[in-house]
Amino acid sequence: MTTPTETSGPPAGAQPDGASISEPAKKIEGRSPGRIAWDRLKRDKVALAGGVVVILLILAAVLAPVLTALFGHPVDEPHPDQINADLGLPKGAFGGISGDYLLGVDPVFGRDVFSRVLYGAQISLLVALGAAVLSVGIGVVMGITAGYFGGWVDAFIGRVMDVLLAFPQLLFSIALVSVIPNSVLGMGDTTVRVWVLIIVIGFFGWPYIGRIVRGQALSLRNREFVDAARSLGAGRAHILFRELLPNLVAPILVYATLIIPANILNEAALSFLGAGVRPPTPSWGQMLSDAVGIYQADPTYMVIPGLAIFITVLAFNLFGDGLRDALDPKGN
Amino acid sequence: MLVYLFRRLINVVLMLLVVAAVTFGIFFMVPKLTGTDPALLYVGKIADHAAVEGIRHKMGLDKSIVEQFWLFLKGVFVGRDFNAGVDVTHCYAPCLGYSFKTEQEVFPLLLSRVGVDISLAVGASVLWLLLGTATGIVSALRRGTALDRISMTVALAGVSLPMYFTGLVALAVFVHQLGWFPNTYTEFADDPVSWFQGLVLPWITLAFLFAATYARLSRATLLDVLGEDYIRTARAKGLKEPVVIGKHAMRSTLTPILTVFGMDLGGLLGGAVLTEKTFNLRGLGYEAVQSISSSDLPVIMGVTMFAAFFIIMASLVVDLLYAVVDPKVKLA
Repeated sequence: MTTPTETSGPPAGAQPDGASISEPAKKIEGRSPGRIAWDRLKRDKVALAGGVVVILLILAAVLAPVLTALFGHPVDEPHPDQINADLGLPKGAFGGISGDYLLGVDPVFGRDVFSRVLYGAQISLLVALGAAVLSVGIGVVMGITAGYFGGWVDAFIGRVMDVLLAFPQLLFSIALVSVIPNSVLGMGDTTVRVWVLIIVIGFFGWPYIGRIVRGQALSLRNREFVDAARSLGAGRAHILFRELLPNLVAPILVYATLIIPANILNEAALSFLGAGVRPPTPSWGQMLSDAVGIYQADPTYMVIPGLAIFITVLAFNLFGDGLRDALDPKGN
Repeated sequence: MLVYLFRRLINVVLMLLVVAAVTFGIFFMVPKLTGTDPALLYVGKIADHAAVEGIRHKMGLDKSIVEQFWLFLKGVFVGRDFNAGVDVTHCYAPCLGYSFKTEQEVFPLLLSRVGVDISLAVGASVLWLLLGTATGIVSALRRGTALDRISMTVALAGVSLPMYFTGLVALAVFVHQLGWFPNTYTEFADDPVSWFQGLVLPWITLAFLFAATYARLSRATLLDVLGEDYIRTARAKGLKEPVVIGKHAMRSTLTPILTVFGMDLGGLLGGAVLTEKTFNLRGLGYEAVQSISSSDLPVIMGVTMFAAFFIIMASLVVDLLYAVVDPKVKLA
């Protein structure tokens, strides 16, 4: 646990910081904590590379229809001509990779793996980002409330977090996902499942950030600036969200970046166990699960979704690590 | 100390009760949502109406949810009778009921499965704990050297790889290409050598993932601790470096690792779903996935309770160990 400081992350850097308004001369320039962090991040080439890959991946997922139209084939279109009918495996070597099928075709159906990986990225990133937003939202509100009010509120929220952490989450998620009806409120099967994945992963993720925020809020609540606000007659909501929250932006930001790769792995795991979106909608975990039976004959089909997960998670981790180091008040 | 232990044990029981109630509540609703009749699951579709009603009565499925839950709890603590009027079956405590599908008693069934998870968890945890913390500590002490960079790169890759992907690659290479290991599980009691050979790959795969996390965690923690004032004081009063590191720094470094270790070990003992699926092992996780896909409520309840029990007990043991490892912690 890092020690409390007045460090604010980039968003809070917008707060007026009197010292940083420098006159024309380029002598000693006071820098806001956000500026310091940004300068550090800019020097961290590895973290920047991670960040660039993350942006490219998000672009690729958003532009999946365009990229597929340009370089691939429609995502669910079978190509029986690419498949050896007796074995149910791609005809070409290395999973049928060719100029026409950039990443080969999948077994049995002969669908374009390039397109399926791109559309899989949509599901993966959507679930991971959505669940991260949910975890951070619940975690921050619960953590800040528990830390600031203490007493029985803290004890109660602490218990809830303990129980959630004691739940066998993966089993529970599979069980919940397995009983979802195909259509809810007129939404299609895939939409419903994406929402359920977001809710399930996000809900089980909040105690982790809740604990971090609680600890920080606990150490901040008796600081002078909070006392000052209180003595000026500020209400609870004001103290929680206008005084405490800006000081918590740094750990929250770091945690949010690092929970996304964990969520990607979670979504892939659920899909791997058959509790993700349902075929024919593609997802990376589901492709790996399909590969379990045939990886000896067609290893390419196992390697490609595996690498997709690896690269995505690695990029987020690299960026998150760099962000954490940049925002660490003790670093230099 | 005794008072503390007593309070914590009450806490354990309360948490298990909450987990049981939530699981029961959710899975009681499942058959209603999916429109399946648990009594029908027991007797099969061809049974006549009277037989279905008989089994419904015997299993207590005609009672309200509160009564059913009460009977479940009673079964766990003192055992319960399944009374069909003519034949009475007594199920001794801890009774988790009978599987809807196979009509086996749940507790002995799960007990026969848990051996796989214990073998898996114990072997892997020894590996990852030694490997991970040693790597992290050496990296922290040799910060910035090539060794540090290489270990941390490998560790970052390790936390970014989905375990079922590395597992499949390991299987493809070491089992199917090189033929070094069998891909079967043998009970320890049957043949310790085959038991060991069958578990080497799952151990290494699992340990690689966790060791990566532990290496990162222990490196970061030790670096944090080395920046503390009391370390400077220890050095200033002339203590030799091995004493400073080994005696003073190590204690605070081990505390967070112990916390994570407890949660990880507890989680694995309660069913390593992904590892089991990848390596075709039949432990609690396998049983859980099976029971979920067939809405086998008593087995789902049983596995959830097993898993929660392990997680909660592990965190209790960890808290007790804190007092040994960390001089700052006093149990009260």
